[in-house]
Amino acid sequence: MELFLIFIGAVFVNNFVLVRFLGICPFMGVSKQTETALGMGAATTFVMVVTAALTWLLQWYVLEPFGLPFLQTPVFILVIASMVQLVEMFLHKTSPGLYRALGIYLPLITTNCAVLGFSLIAVQGAYSFIQSLIFGLGAGIGFTIALMLMAGIREELRFADVPKPLAGTGIAFIIAGLLSLAFSGFAGLV
Amino acid sequence: MSTSLISLISMGMLGAVLAGGLVVASKKFAVETDPKVDEIEEVLPGANCGACGYAGCRAFAEAAAGEKAPVDGCPVGGSKVAALVAKILGMEPVEGANRKVAQVLCKGGHAEAKLFAEWNGPRDCRIAQSTQNGSFKGCSYGCLGLGTCVEACPFGAMYMDDNGLPVVIEEKCTGCGMCVRACPRDIIVLAEEPQGVHIRCRSLALGKDVRGVCSVGCIACRRCEKECPVDAITVEDNLARIDYDKCINCRKCVAVCPVNTIEYQEGKPVLKKRRAS
Repeated sequence: MELFLIFIGAVFVNNFVLVRFLGICPFMGVSKQTETALGMGAATTFVMVVTAALTWLLQWYVLEPFGLPFLQTPVFILVIASMVQLVEMFLHKTSPGLYRALGIYLPLITTNCAVLGFSLIAVQGAYSFIQSLIFGLGAGIGFTIALMLMAGIREELRFADVPKPLAGTGIAFIIAGLLSLAFSGFAGLV
Repeated sequence: MSTSLISLISMGMLGAVLAGGLVVASKKFAVETDPKVDEIEEVLPGANCGACGYAGCRAFAEAAAGEKAPVDGCPVGGSKVAALVAKILGMEPVEGANRKVAQVLCKGGHAEAKLFAEWNGPRDCRIAQSTQNGSFKGCSYGCLGLGTCVEACPFGAMYMDDNGLPVVIEEKCTGCGMCVRACPRDIIVLAEEPQGVHIRCRSLALGKDVRGVCSVGCIACRRCEKECPVDAITVEDNLARIDYDKCINCRKCVAVCPVNTIEYQEGKPVLKKRRAS
């Protein structure tokens, strides 16, 4: 039950993009088509789950026993960067189309603060190994949902009569704000 | 052991382990790419406009490297890029092709052409054409004026004038043809410079029907056809058509056209000088 609560909490109540405001760059950048949004979400979710496992092991078996918690940030970033490299190579080999569609945003997962943010939050919450994995999965799925919602709306937006000064990114930011407002309705669920 | 030593060792080990993992992964997931592809992509304009018919500059570079696409396949880059691509592929530089510029072949704006109704749907010609055949406009061949070509232009080389017609900014036009493909009524064509005489009408309707809906449409009176000294103009299906390869820019047709459909567009001399240097 607790695992379920952690999962729902990460997906909806504390959605990383729309409630915690982490990872806004890919949220605005890769949310023009549902297809690429899904690819980006899947890549980020994969990185998050793997990072969750690795950072948990490093935190509780290396950093804490050796009294090195001050190395947390560089170590986590190192792990995240390596995982992103791995995903990039994997995608380039298996799905060149998606690799090209994601473009610059794929290596930018490295600096996606949602990934680093959730690792740090998981450590703060003193989650167990399984809890961290579920938290990472929830964070990734929450990120994907936010991206897909945005992409779906932006695809429909092409047929809307948007005032000229707001066309493009301007209206996208307003939509992001409204979505975020909607997600605040999940507060108190968990 | 001091803390700094421990941190040095642990960071070093962690880095080594992750680096080792990445080395193994890069061997396993290695993708063989032709170095020529990267080189060609480097010299392309990089606008990913798709004018070459490929999905983007990268896709064109791949096709050109495999010699599936012609070296001068990039209309935006023109002869300069073609020469560079040819050099990368070890070919002789090709002769420079002339620059192409988009021409709007309709003059019927708000002032000249009748509207049967007002269009309140989405501002997209393709939607207007596919849902109601664009029947709010009197002329079923003329410009719908909703600016789809302007939105399609990746270079900001077009705008809608006050009369509701698209205007091509010649200096900015790269001849990529995005507007040509965007127009549901095939009003825009690419004409090679220094071609200056254009018959700005696409209507196949009978002369009297054209007169009824537009004051500047071609009525197929055949005076231009008779006047042309090099037989570049032929009237077929109620519309005068010009063969850009034959036209010598003598402008005799412009003078005789009773409805001012035929126009001569002066090139931009200053810009031409700059381009030549």
